[in-house]
Amino acid sequence: MKRVTKGVLACASVLVLATLASSCKRESRTLRNEPPQRGLYDAARESTNEPGGKLPKIGMPSPAEGNAYAISQGQRLFDWYNCSGCHAQGGGGMGPPLMDRRFTYGSQPANIYDTIVKGRPNGMPTWGGRIPEFQVWQLVAYVRSLSGSEPSAATPGRSDGLEKKTRAQLQ
Amino acid sequence: MQTPKHGGAPTASNLHSPQPEDGQWVMPSENYDATRFSGLDQIDTQNVRNLKVAWTFSTGMTRGEEAAPLVVGSTMYIVTPYPNYLYALDLTQNGALKWVYKPGVDPSSQGVACCDVVNRGAAYSAGKLFYNTLDNYTVAVDAQTGRQVWKTQLGDINKGQTMTMVPLVVKDRVIVGNSGGEMGVRGWLTGLDAKTGKIAWRAYAAGPDSDVLIGPNFKPFYDEDRGKDLGVTSWPPGAWKIGGGGAWGWVSYDPELDLIYYGTANPGPWNPDQRPGDNKWSCTLFARRPETGEAIWAYQIGPHDDFDYDGVNENVLVDLPINGQTRKVLLHPDRDGYVYMMDRATGEVLSAEAFGYITTSTGVDKKTGRLQLVKAKSPGFGKTVRDICPASPGAKDWQPSAFSFKTGLLYIPHNNLCQEVSATAANYIAGTPYVGATVRMYAGPGGNRGEYTAWDPVAGKVVWTIKERFPVWSGTVVTTTDVAFYGTMEGWFKAVNAKTGQQLWQFKTGSGIIGQPTTYRGPDGKQYVAVLSGVGGWAGAVVAGGLDTRDGTGALGFTNAMIDLPKYTTRGGTLYVFSLP
Repeated sequence: MKRVTKGVLACASVLVLATLASSCKRESRTLRNEPPQRGLYDAARESTNEPGGKLPKIGMPSPAEGNAYAISQGQRLFDWYNCSGCHAQGGGGMGPPLMDRRFTYGSQPANIYDTIVKGRPNGMPTWGGRIPEFQVWQLVAYVRSLSGSEPSAATPGRSDGLEKKTRAQLQ
Repeated sequence: MQTPKHGGAPTASNLHSPQPEDGQWVMPSENYDATRFSGLDQIDTQNVRNLKVAWTFSTGMTRGEEAAPLVVGSTMYIVTPYPNYLYALDLTQNGALKWVYKPGVDPSSQGVACCDVVNRGAAYSAGKLFYNTLDNYTVAVDAQTGRQVWKTQLGDINKGQTMTMVPLVVKDRVIVGNSGGEMGVRGWLTGLDAKTGKIAWRAYAAGPDSDVLIGPNFKPFYDEDRGKDLGVTSWPPGAWKIGGGGAWGWVSYDPELDLIYYGTANPGPWNPDQRPGDNKWSCTLFARRPETGEAIWAYQIGPHDDFDYDGVNENVLVDLPINGQTRKVLLHPDRDGYVYMMDRATGEVLSAEAFGYITTSTGVDKKTGRLQLVKAKSPGFGKTVRDICPASPGAKDWQPSAFSFKTGLLYIPHNNLCQEVSATAANYIAGTPYVGATVRMYAGPGGNRGEYTAWDPVAGKVVWTIKERFPVWSGTVVTTTDVAFYGTMEGWFKAVNAKTGQQLWQFKTGSGIIGQPTTYRGPDGKQYVAVLSGVGGWAGAVVAGGLDTRDGTGALGFTNAMIDLPKYTTRGGTLYVFSLP
């Protein structure tokens, strides 16, 4: 009998504590919030409408930008991860073209990084957690090179897998 | 609401002649035989030149409009490309909008649709419309109110699946199939309960016999298609699980034999070196029982397909005089360039004659039924193969043909394309392309990329051909008054004399036409012709998807053949309805 009572009491006190805890959470408020932060999301802005006037740009440096090795690795990975299955050799297909400098979600390295990692709502898959970060940057550099957005000295010739001067090209 | 002409019990007579014309158009193929033949006779070869626009309707879409306008009673129904709206238009009010049903399609599905985000339309049966959404749902919608009756999930975009085909409703079954041969899907055809939407059966295109619904009643005509678990043993270990073979094309039905007919799509990946073997049952014609899905016969048109020659094209069911006998045949104009005429009871190939220019094969072996391939044209690692004709979209792709009971001819809208291919290693990553081929297409002999051909199935010969600049990617309809209608990718809607091929009339619509024309009798007793204009599809992806034509390998190589399309047409979906003044 005693034991039962104890158990009931323990349960009841746990309930009371839990209720108290959730009430504390419900009623708590932060009186001093942080001011707007500058950082990654500034670098990856997708709109040029900047309410209240433009802020100075924060660069989000791409470790691969302008690097010939990174771009050539990006080119290899572009096939490896089946990017070419949708975007072809930059001309597009299931996905939009990447060689025409019309980037729906921004052309800065940070924008393209975002696109690959987070995906986009109209079909671009989210690759975050699947592709190592350094490879994402290599892909970013290669994608930018397709539209001539990377220094030409670092950019490989566009590969389309077929030998030169084909019948199709001659027509 | 009127009863559709094909909802009732089948009669023997409707297999031998056109079914009684009731002026409606209740399924995209017009009837179970898939003839697309209309008995309406007000518009004829003499007066068709007076056709005028009666009314139009903007779909509000900018992607390819491949659907057929259906007419049930005094209402027209059209399905749009993604996001797959279903519009009901009041024919007593010049097409005023009655209601619109929006299924709420996952936008991410656009990223796994191989060849534009098209939809080929709805099918009507017993007060409901049935159609598929890009994100793999089949929906049933009340034809009067536009309210959803049921919605069933059939597939998963994260496995690369989408759905674009038209269901066929047979008795209590809604029969649907998946797309995704370029995404390493596992293809299937599925029968749903029309009342509840519950899945009754699923027949996979590959895997053990139990998965393919092959049982004791399976009797293929040829030895090559006989044997246990060929859907496993004709693949490298496990490759059948990601081997394609969807059923994204047409299903037709013979009520007397109680068999449905459809073809399966290409095997994946395109690079044939990655899948030695016959890859059954990809590129195969199947005859199945609609109730249970049980396979009765199968014929693999393209064993070990090298070229993406899906076997999904329409099977037109007609009875024809062959060597003094009336035979129940199936006419199947395939991507590989031949019209297969088959005994639809047994699966025997009666003839397979070329309607397009072919370099990839020399014909079908009458004894074994096997397609005789030209080895030099097989793509593979370490080589670039040129002058592959027909190209991957085939001598004819999805665009459905029509059969005239008046002329006895099959009217085939089709392509004239060749290509070059270099194979690469395809990596399988679920939900992404699984192709392994770099392709460039170009015009076949003559330079015209499209053709509209009248075909004599008994003689196995072309009667006449109209050459078109671009692939004829629209469907077609032929009437009892010998008028045939089709559209071009520049946007011309044309009427031609079904006997001679002489052009009788044309009208320039707002965008390229890739839809299926239909004809019906309106509530006012007049005959109308309807077609959706709105360029897109695989052939029109260069415009619909805004592709960059500097890269010919875009759109799986189709871009190279369509570099000039943006000079001729722009995007935008509009329904056009024509009538005599």
